[in-house]
This record gives sequence, C-alpha cells and structure tokens, in this order.
Amino acid sequence: MDQTITSARPEAADRTRNQHFWRANMREYGILIALVVIMAFFQFATGGILLRPVNLTNLMLQNSYIVIMAVGMLLVIVSGHIDLSVGSVLGFIGALAAVMIVQWHVNFVLAAIVCLAVGAAIGAAQGYWIAYFRIPSFIVTLAGMLVFKGLTLWLLAGQSVGPFPPTFQLIASGFLPDLFGAEGINLFSLLVGLGFAVLLLYLAIRNRRQEQRRGLVEEPFAVFTIKNALIFCAIAYMSYLMASFRGLPNVFIVMALLIAIYSFIANRTTVGRRIYAIGGNEKAAKLSGIRTERLVFLTFANMGMLAALAGLVFAARLNTATPKAGLGFELDVIAAVFIGGASMSGGVGTIVGAVVGAFIMGVMNNGMSILGIGIDYQQVIKGLVLLAAVIFDVYNKNKA
Amino acid sequence: MAVSETILEMRNISKTFPGVKALDNVSFSVRRGEIHALVGENGAGKSTLMKILSGVYPHGEYEGDIVYEGEVKAFRGIADSEREGIIIIHQELALVPLLSIAENIFLGKECAKNGIIDWQETNRRTRELLERVGLDERPETKVMHLGLGKQQLVEIAKALSREVRLLILDEPTSSLNEKDSDALLELLREFRARGISSILISHKLSEVSKVADNITVLRDGRAVSTLDCSAGPVPEDRVIRDMVGRSLTDRYPPREPRIGDTMFEVRGWTVFHPIDQDRKVVDNVSFHLRRGEVLGIAGLMGAGRTELAMSLFGRSYGRYAGGEAFIAGEKVDLSTVPAAINAGLAYATEDRKSYGLVLDQTIRRNVPLANLEGVANSGVIDRHREGEVAEEYRRRINIKTPTIEQSAVNLSGGNQQKVVLSKWLFADPDILILDEPTRGIDVGAKFEIYTIIRDLAQSGKSIIVISSEMPELLGITDRLYVMNKGRFVGELPTAEATQEKIMSMIIKAGG
Repeated sequence: MDQTITSARPEAADRTRNQHFWRANMREYGILIALVVIMAFFQFATGGILLRPVNLTNLMLQNSYIVIMAVGMLLVIVSGHIDLSVGSVLGFIGALAAVMIVQWHVNFVLAAIVCLAVGAAIGAAQGYWIAYFRIPSFIVTLAGMLVFKGLTLWLLAGQSVGPFPPTFQLIASGFLPDLFGAEGINLFSLLVGLGFAVLLLYLAIRNRRQEQRRGLVEEPFAVFTIKNALIFCAIAYMSYLMASFRGLPNVFIVMALLIAIYSFIANRTTVGRRIYAIGGNEKAAKLSGIRTERLVFLTFANMGMLAALAGLVFAARLNTATPKAGLGFELDVIAAVFIGGASMSGGVGTIVGAVVGAFIMGVMNNGMSILGIGIDYQQVIKGLVLLAAVIFDVYNKNKA
Repeated sequence: MAVSETILEMRNISKTFPGVKALDNVSFSVRRGEIHALVGENGAGKSTLMKILSGVYPHGEYEGDIVYEGEVKAFRGIADSEREGIIIIHQELALVPLLSIAENIFLGKECAKNGIIDWQETNRRTRELLERVGLDERPETKVMHLGLGKQQLVEIAKALSREVRLLILDEPTSSLNEKDSDALLELLREFRARGISSILISHKLSEVSKVADNITVLRDGRAVSTLDCSAGPVPEDRVIRDMVGRSLTDRYPPREPRIGDTMFEVRGWTVFHPIDQDRKVVDNVSFHLRRGEVLGIAGLMGAGRTELAMSLFGRSYGRYAGGEAFIAGEKVDLSTVPAAINAGLAYATEDRKSYGLVLDQTIRRNVPLANLEGVANSGVIDRHREGEVAEEYRRRINIKTPTIEQSAVNLSGGNQQKVVLSKWLFADPDILILDEPTRGIDVGAKFEIYTIIRDLAQSGKSIIVISSEMPELLGITDRLYVMNKGRFVGELPTAEATQEKIMSMIIKAGG
C-alpha cells in the first residue's frame, strides 16, 4: 500500500516523474504564461502601443513601487500574516522625505537613509505586537494603516510639499548613463541588460549541470530549454526596447537587484526556509527549534523598510509628497502576491510569482488605459482576475 | 417493561482503515433499559465501533448490519442517528463556551417560530431538563462558567431534549472528581429505570462494575467476551485479563541492550495546565535515563505523559512550575526549544500532522528542518547536500516514496512517522523522546520503527518511548515508569512487568 511506484520500465517512470513535475509546478509556469498571453493580447489590441519603448519604460516606472512592496509582502504572507499598513507607510515616508529635504534642507542621501530606518522601525513596531503578543496582524496593521494615514496628514499639514531637488528625482526618473554615445540607442543600457540575461542563462545551465551530476534532475529538458530561451529573449528584447528610448531606468536596476536578493533569501537561505516552515506549520516549526517570533518580527521590519523604499521612489516620481499618496496601494500589493500564487494560509508562494503578479496587474492597468476603458470597468476586471487566479489555485489544490 | 427486549444489535461489523483492520467481525447488542459497558485498551476499536453506530462513518464504509428497534438502519451521518434517538457524548465536550446553557441545549433545534426564537419557551424547557439531570443552574448561565462535571450534565440534558433512547458516553468521568462521577452514574441508573439504554465507554473498571449490567470487552478490533453482571460484579482481574491477553511473539525485533551510565535525569518536574491555572498536569515527576537504554512511560490517555515530554522539550506545554534537568550530571537549560535541541534532546510528537511535519512541503524540505545549519554554509542552503541528506534517510530508514520531492501530506502514516524520525535523527540528539511512535501505523511499519529504535539504542542513544499500547512497551523497552494523573506511580524493569501489573498500578492509584 505504500508502494506507489513499482514500474520497472524507465519510460513509465519518466512519465510519472514528468506528470508529478507538472502537477507541482503548474502554477509557476501558469502565471508566466498568463503574463505572456495578457501582454500579447494588449500588444495586439492597442495596435502595438503596449511595447513601444516609451510605454514600456513608463510601465516599469509606474509599477516599480508595487513590485518593491510585493517582494516584502510575499514574505509576510508566506509567514502566514498580512500587512495592510504598507500604503500608509509609503505615504508617510514620502511626506517625511519631503519635509526633511524640501523644508529642512537635509542632504538627500542622509534623508533617504533616515527614511529607510524609520520604515524599518515602523515595521518592527507592528511586528513586535504581532510576533510577541500574538495580536492578529490584520488588526495591528489595520491600526497602523489608520495611524500613518493620519500622521501623513499631520506631517504635511494637509498640503502637498515639493518639488524635490533634481538629484533626488533621479531615484525614480533617472536612467543609466549613455557611456558610449551611440546614435539612437543607449548602448551601455543594452549591454547591461544583455549581460544580465546572459548571467541568468549561465546560472540556470550551471545549476542544471550540477543536478544532472547528482541525479536530481526534475525538470524535463524541453521545458528547461523553452523556459530559459524565453526568459533570455524577453530580457534581451526589453533591454533593447528601453535602450532605444532613454536607457534602463535606475528603478529597474533597483527592482532587479531586489528580486534577485530576495529570491535568493527565500529559496536558498536558512532564514527563507524557516519563514516557509512557519507559514506551513507554525507549531511544527516551533518544535523543530525555529525561533518563530523573531522571524515574524524581522519579516515585518523588512516589510516596513521596503515600504519606505517604495515611498521614496513614489515621492521622487511624483516630485512631490501629497497627503493622498499610497492610498489603497496595500490592496494592489496584496492582490499581486495572491495572483502570483501565494496562499492565504501561508507557507506557499514565490518572489518571482509575486513580481509577475504585480506586472500582470500593471500591464492590465496600462493596457486598459491605452484602450480608453473607464476606471470603473478597470476595477471590475482586475477584481475578477484576482478572483479567477485564486479559484484556479484552490481548484488545483483540491484536484491534487 | 420487557427487560429482555433488544434495542440495538450490531451484527458482524468490520471496518478497515488503510493498512489497519480496526474492527473485525464484531457483534454487540444492547437491551432496552440496560447500561452496557464497553471496555478495552486504547486502539481496541471502541471509538470506531461507536462512530459507526452514530453515523460518523456512514453506511457503506463498513461491513455488517446495524439493527436498531428491529430494523436494519443505514445511517448516513450523525443527524440520521440522532433522529432515531441515538446520542453520543464525546470525551471532549461539544459545547459552545460563550453561549448560555439554554442556547447550547437547543443549538440547531431552537424553539422558534418563523426563525424567531421563543426565549420563554426555551428557558421553560431548559429548566425542566436541568431539573431532570439534577443541575441547579439558571438557563442563561454561560457554559464557560461551569465546571466540567456540570458541562457534562448540560450535554446529557441536551441529549434528553432530543428524546434520547440510546445514550453513548465516551469516557464521561475521565476528568470528573469522585463526587461528580457518582452523581453521573446515579443519573445513568435513573435513566435505566425509565427505559433509556446507555453504552458506557470507560477505563475505570471500578465504576464500570458498579453500574453496568453487561460488560463487552474489545481487543484488537474483536469482541473478546461479554460478561454478565446480573449475578453480581465481575472481578476486575477477569476483565483486565480479557482486555490485555495476547501473545507477544515475533512482533518485536530481538534486542541485546547495552546500558551505560545515567545520561539524563529529571528531578521534581511540575507543570500547570495552560488555561486551568490551578490544575497540575505534571506533578513533581522525577526519573532517570541511562545511555543506550529504552525507557517506557505507560499510562492512560490524559495521564500527563505528552505534557511532561513537551514541557521538558523547551517548555512547549503549559506553565513550568519547577524542576531541574541534568545531562551526564550537568544541570542543563531546557527553557526554549533551541536550548533543548542544543542540550541534545529531541521530541518526536504524537501528533505528526499538527506538530511534526510541514505537510505541504516535500520530504526534502522536512528532513533537515531541525538542523538547517547541517545543510547550509553560513546561512546559505546547499541544495545538493540537502537532497543527499533526504535521499540518505529515505534509503536508510526505508521511507517508501518514489521521490524525495513528494509532499509529506501524500505519505501514509507510517512513512510520515519515518520522515519525523529522519528529521530528529539528522539533528543528531543524544536523548530521543518518542511520543506514540506507532500510533495509526500498520503492523509492518511498526516493526520497522521498533527496529530503528533498537538500533538507535544500541548505537548509544538514550530513548524514551511514550505509548498507550502496553504490549509495545513490554516488547521494546528496558525499564518502565507508570504515570497516572500527572504523577509517576510506579517503576519496574520490563523483564518483571506484565500488563496486569501495570493496569493494577494505574487502578490502585485511582483510575
């Protein structure tokens, strides 16, 4: 009864392994395919506007702060919690930056560092109650949402504060410098983009070689080839598109670094493993010697810091801090994480999935706006997409 | 009243769980107006039999027939059996603490017209019912303010409100004091006089022999005997013999213990209940464990064994209220789980699914969980090493799965247990506490786990086995402690122990 596989023939075993692989990874590929399909649809429907260099660059800039926060939110949700305060924290930090830089004339680097520290402290303060006093995160961060919305108003005295000095604006609106000065294209940006694509390809191949050597290969070869070819071409092509406009935005580099670092933390470090274990089964994690409280605390502190970073980017992009900044952003961020395959009950989800989820939302926003679809229908459609993504998850899980 | 009339007859009932035959051709009958006791060891099949009777395992999931009031019944759920007047009261009471007595009694069957509750009628009928069970409380009192004994009576009042004809009580007195127990038993006698039949499941043989008209003994899923008490009480020895008598040949691997010096010692360990702050769950327990020794802790469910183990393991249960622990003569700090693991302890839980495994994660991720540093270099997981470790344990202790990428949730109970064991073996402890290591596991896997335990002991590890299956303890341990109501009430070398001796230690200590 324990013997699930008794087949002696290798092909049969291969087939079972492939089936198993598909079942286990359907979600991850599903979300990528969904993004490609949605982009293809809007590219067609907008008559090619979607992937015009200027629009693509805008798409990146518009969604950067959602992506930055989605990375932190993914860890929060994987650990079995939620953070509703991120939109308000984003607004508050933007206001803080504006007050410090514009009104007090603090050096912008120092101001940015202070802002990140304050963000981390805000996250830590909320995480403290959640982790050590077991106050539900929904309530603590709901309170945080109200508190920081209020503090933003107070800090700005109800008015917009700006503009920022040009050096600060570069965070959000700067591009990689054009070192070579080639005609019509930022060659340096293109090279950086290509270099990045090559690096990813190299890492994937090296990893597969190692797996092969130890006989631990899971992914069928065809899938491996197609997936990596697609990723390589996509990054190379996008770099080319953006390079032919003004180059890679600084924010794009920041996002790429964050995605890389946090993917690494989530997948490859003991800290990441432990966060997934806490979300999967907190009691079992605790009895395995994992300091669950401390990790939950750190997860929230990290979320606060990333919300602060997003606040800086957002303020720099608008070139002003307004009392309304960040309103409702938490919902977009949370939606992105769930579209990306994370589970409400914790323990499941990937950084890449959350980022792809954020871009699915972003492409839909952008595409529908180009098509002139009203904000009313946009909301309805986004809501239905979120629901459909989660229904798809639950359905798959029940079938398995 | 026709005393001999049969109200219930269960004919040739069999029930199989994956890998375990829980009930094997059991026949069991109850007369109208009789108190019929059902006794047997943990896992003998009492609860399974009652779950079949009450429809928890619906018709079609078992073999055999239930004949009730002269008709063959096919219950599809609890609602069906309740409609026929068969009501089961579980050991863990199913009351809603924040609702009043009246609300609890009429929950789901409210006295209402068009959805609007008639409170006067509700309270009037509640008062009547409370009078019948002899509970002097107001219907509006919230259940959370009642003690366990009174809550039990509320459950019975609830049963009466549903026109009970056959009342099933699962260990009703296990958490009651003597006075409340006696009152409850008196109530059963009254019911008998009114023609209500009761099935009483109990470990307390003394009270069983006080009230029962018949005693049916279950053992290993079979009805061994039905003892008639009408001619006078049946001697407890006789019941115990039927409960435990079976041969132990070849169900355990042969052992050659090599026992060394004292490895682990605990003195005066005391723990209070986490909610009921005045209740001592572990009361001044002292014991020692030698190198290479397999130590058993015997006792009934609720004796405090799991609570003791979890409290030792980083105070993971209740409120610690004193006691010291020594490893190899040195006092050790066991105040947190990481500290306990550091000190060389491991605790493999009785509840694999809730406390042992991250079910949705793969074997590969579950195995190193208690020792992630062992597969990492300065915080970065070496995935290949991780895979090798999981693979090594899969082979070494024979986890039957096509791949280590299998999620733990898809494994059978025995294989899940092996994953939990792998996790702790990889943490390389000196002292392993195994809590019900073979619960819900089929015979073949049990033997494998016994073999693992033996090999560990022979390699010099010290092992504590907590088990409710006495034959198992007798088969695999070197020395036994008997625990009852939070205290150690006896200690004996396994070579001198018999199940009768252990049972009588428990019963003498007050059941």
